[in-house]
Amino acid sequence: MTTSTVVLALAVFGASAVEMVEALTIVAAAGVTRGWRSALEGTVVAALVLATLVIAVGVPLARLVPIDVLRVVIGALLLVLGLDWLRKAVLRASGHKALHDEDAIYAKAVADLSNGAEATTGSAAARSWKHGRRDATGFTVAFKGVFLEGMEVVLIVITLGASSGHLALAAAAAGAAAVVVGTVGYFVARQLSEVPENAMKLAVGIMLTSFGVFWVGEGSGLHWPGSDLMILVLVGVFALTAAVLSFLMRRIAPSREAATANTGPSR
Amino acid sequence: MTAVIRALGAFGRFWKDFLIGDAPELFVGTLIFVGAALALHHHGDVAVVVLPLIVIVFLGGSVLRGRAKS
Repeated sequence: MTTSTVVLALAVFGASAVEMVEALTIVAAAGVTRGWRSALEGTVVAALVLATLVIAVGVPLARLVPIDVLRVVIGALLLVLGLDWLRKAVLRASGHKALHDEDAIYAKAVADLSNGAEATTGSAAARSWKHGRRDATGFTVAFKGVFLEGMEVVLIVITLGASSGHLALAAAAAGAAAVVVGTVGYFVARQLSEVPENAMKLAVGIMLTSFGVFWVGEGSGLHWPGSDLMILVLVGVFALTAAVLSFLMRRIAPSREAATANTGPSR
Repeated sequence: MTAVIRALGAFGRFWKDFLIGDAPELFVGTLIFVGAALALHHHGDVAVVVLPLIVIVFLGGSVLRGRAKS
């Protein structure tokens, strides 16, 4: 297994884990308030649609588009995505942007879904679960949560997988992250809010940015010194850049405490 | 027909949000980066230094802009 393959698997696993933590929060809120049957069905259907997208888009992309064109386009997409994650992670690490608060998101989703006193007491969810009835709201909320959070994972799997010729490995890494997060979420439930989400986003942002720079260079005909090993050098350079930027932002521009938690969907 | 237009609109919004979002400078930086990579691919020694520098400059600028907005 080459260096780039290992970094690729780590990047996909990390990105998928971060997005799955966010999706799980929504699924848990839908399950608790509207019944687990519909929430889980929504989750499974969304996961199937996402997997179909990977196969339907990723395989033809890897087979039909010339590899150099693919690497430039895909590298640019990775760069846009990676830089955006990196920027937000630096701003959050230096206190200039509110941290993503899974507890607050969960509470807001439960309140929205509870729809008044009946569900607040848990009776609607209990009835739905007890009688195994389907609940359209629970299904839709879980489906949308998993689908929307999963779209970025699909893009990362397709882009990294297709450009490196390791689509199956990228899909497997994303699937493994979903299983790990789902299993951990089942056992520890609300403690997922303690997952160091910003640190994970920072690490994934560094890896995506490094891959983006590397692939655009390769696709445009540049021969990086050290070949695949250059990815590790780029990871080091951007990790150092992120650390310096976070430090400078804390020193030069001391943060006002981010006033409110971010309870919206994140990119 | 309306459903198709709605779907196309949603597809366009998704890509606009994905590519530009709230940091259009990063999209511009990426375009400049791709242009520089294509222009410098015969000058490997220069490109190895210049390309990561472009990324660092745009990231730093975007972080500063984000701080100003916070």
